[in-house]
Amino acid sequence: MKFLLDLLRGDSSAEKVVPPTGFTANLTLIASGAMAFLAVFILALGLSAGRQADVWEDALAQTGTVRISAPADTLDAQVTRVLEILSQTPGVGGTRRIPNEEQAELLAPWFGDDLPIDALLLPALIEVEFEGGGPDMVGLKQRLVAEAPAAVLDDHDRWRAPMVNAANGLRRLANLSLGLIAIVTAVTIALAASAALAANGQVIDVLRLVGAEDRFITRAFVRRFTLRAAGGAAMGALIALVLVVLVPNVADVAVTSDFGFRGLNWIWPIMVPVAAAVIAFFATRFAAFRRLSEVS
Amino acid sequence: MRQKRRGMTDTGAIELYSVAMDYGGRTLFRDVTFALKPGSFHFLTGPSGAGKTTLIKLCYGELTASEGRVLAFGEDTTHMDRDAIAQMRRRIGVVHQDCRFIDHLSVAENVLLPISVTGQAPSDAEANLAELMGWVGLESLSNHLPPELSGGERQRAALARAVIMSPDVVLADEPTGNVDWEMSLRILSLLIELNKLGKTILCATHDMSLIRQAKSRVSARVLRLRDGRVELAGAEL
Ligand SMILES: Nc1ncnc2c1ncn2[C@@H]1O[C@H](COP(=O)(O)OP(=O)(O)OP(=O)(O)O)[C@@H](O)[C@H]1O
Ligand SMILES: [Mg+2]
Repeated sequence: MKFLLDLLRGDSSAEKVVPPTGFTANLTLIASGAMAFLAVFILALGLSAGRQADVWEDALAQTGTVRISAPADTLDAQVTRVLEILSQTPGVGGTRRIPNEEQAELLAPWFGDDLPIDALLLPALIEVEFEGGGPDMVGLKQRLVAEAPAAVLDDHDRWRAPMVNAANGLRRLANLSLGLIAIVTAVTIALAASAALAANGQVIDVLRLVGAEDRFITRAFVRRFTLRAAGGAAMGALIALVLVVLVPNVADVAVTSDFGFRGLNWIWPIMVPVAAAVIAFFATRFAAFRRLSEVS
Repeated sequence: MRQKRRGMTDTGAIELYSVAMDYGGRTLFRDVTFALKPGSFHFLTGPSGAGKTTLIKLCYGELTASEGRVLAFGEDTTHMDRDAIAQMRRRIGVVHQDCRFIDHLSVAENVLLPISVTGQAPSDAEANLAELMGWVGLESLSNHLPPELSGGERQRAALARAVIMSPDVVLADEPTGNVDWEMSLRILSLLIELNKLGKTILCATHDMSLIRQAKSRVSARVLRLRDGRVELAGAEL
């Protein structure tokens, strides 16, 4: 806490003794700006993927289908039985038999409009809406097998799993990328700070000889690099945010139909410059103490 | 006395016990034992390359002895942590042979450096600074940068920096190496004056006439570094 106060308040005498490190400081600015840009973009991607996974999971988890393939003479009896069973099952909200005409529409893209529906032996389809946590799927399936052997319950798990997995995979990839960005930022800033410290070796030696404590020397460098990194990151993040907002939501082509930040998610891009400052603070301190350990 | 309160032993402000120093296998000196008693005045002489500068660097912990113990104000310098070393150095003013300035700071800022690094506002020492700069004859060069100074001017600035904090001990490594006789005498007078205020002085020099000058004004002893040993040659000079 005291560190933070010192950092914000600054120390003119400590800063004056270190010459302005123009080149390395600008490197820090550029590097942290670029990294923040990437971080915000990837955050948007990761959060959108996460949201999409939730949407898919919810939407598909709330519905199922019962398919009944039976000879025409027993079909209606089985459909009635299935509807009966479903109406008695807790967790089932509503049921709807999909009429043959609607099935024909679903099949039209594959077989054309002039499909002779009546000539086909179409299975009966019952759309089931679940409510709450949904029914006990295993129990329901067993009961259907016993009482309406031609009925097959599809709870959409088959469809859902790969899509949700893909979205979750994307989210994990985004998190991994953010971790890598943090590491690269830390390394870059540590390198820039090391270069600045090495270039000022003479200054550091003299300061130690006249009785400067390590923290006096460290403070000047740490403050400079932390502020530079925060400033660069703020700029990079801002540019990325503007671009993220401007990207049109193209539901049909985008990996995710809802790209960007929503609601509380806005806190994350705002945290990016803060994270850059924290990373720069520790990276510079690390570099400074390493350099000082070589000076008596 | 101030020194007593801050834990100085009676034996010395700076004490060396059986100190040996070697650089990469070559032994420069060994079995060096002496104490700079608080308020004493010592010269350190010896041929070029004998190790005078090395010995002085051992005293304030810039170098670590290969063997033996170096005590500053009663504390073993090898056992001090880094902050303690910094604190110890604030009590020792050093005139380095190569002066050691920060080249982008003005002469005045360099002289005030020992105060700046303590976190005190250097403005408190402004009056002190003006007097000191006048004393070493650098008042007109205060705002110049160190690389713009002549060798003698650099040495005088280094001396001003060494004493600005009014340290307990002053270690001066050839402070008169690049100045004319008149300025040498002025620098000597400043050291003598500091000694009369109770400061402990160690001055490395080749200049025998300077030592003779001092002898008539202050009770100084001479440490002579020769053949890898230090001998006390107080009486015969
Ligand atoms: N860092 C070092 N590494 C190796 N050898 C060194 C180092 N510093 C000094 N020496 C050697 O140690 C010897 C003593 O050096 P030092 O500077 O202490 O001598 P000096 O008595 O101060 O000489 P002068 O009167 O010329 O200033 C020299 O031979 C020098 O070459
Ligand atoms: Mg020397």
